[in-house]
Amino acid sequence: MSSRPRLDSRAKSHLSYFAYACHRFSGLLLASFIPLHFLMLSQSLRGAQGFEQSLALTDLRVFKFGEWALVILLAVHLAGGLRVLIMEFGPWNGLRKGWIQLSTLFGIACGLLFLYFAN
Amino acid sequence: MGQAMNQGVLQAKLWYAQRISAMVLGICVAVHLVMIFYAIRGGLTAQEILGRTQGNVLFAFFYEVFVLACFIHAPIGISNILQETFPKSAIAKPVAGALGLLILILGSAAVLGVYTGGAL
Repeated sequence: MSSRPRLDSRAKSHLSYFAYACHRFSGLLLASFIPLHFLMLSQSLRGAQGFEQSLALTDLRVFKFGEWALVILLAVHLAGGLRVLIMEFGPWNGLRKGWIQLSTLFGIACGLLFLYFAN
Repeated sequence: MGQAMNQGVLQAKLWYAQRISAMVLGICVAVHLVMIFYAIRGGLTAQEILGRTQGNVLFAFFYEVFVLACFIHAPIGISNILQETFPKSAIAKPVAGALGLLILILGSAAVLGVYTGGAL
């Protein structure tokens, strides 16, 4: 049914498949979340008080966890996207595995920074 | 033949649009991440957010550019995923179109909201 080529386990265990999967997964989740994020922020049209009422929702634990996850996904999608751009527009120089490791570390670092700053 | 060619040209244009918007988003997301870490210290309040954004043309311009880049980038990505996963269904176009509209309308409303603080 899918139009993607069939990949065997050898291809799927490759680090660049992991990068592809992370980029897809993070992009899909970010795209699903963005309209909700904008809906929340557009409540500011109701004035400071109306906006505050909507923001109170974000104090719930489940929202805090969601925010944390989204910051990590955003960081991973940013670093992974830079890798794609460098591979496509830069001179050909392999699969940039260093970028995959860097994306992973960047995601972890941003997740930890969020935990450090959020209360 | 002609139709396949048009399809190919469209694919190339969409690929290019997604990459150009990705370059803009790369800068926007990096700035946004720094802003998030700055803003979440001590929790988020409406007063605090509006204090930063209300009447600030630079903020409004930056975030509207961000919204427009998302409006281009996200629907193309979603459409690619849907087309690859369900190549025989016609679901990709309407879903991508709906997502694009939601991002453009809600995103611009959000920028307008935090710029005006609801005082329209």
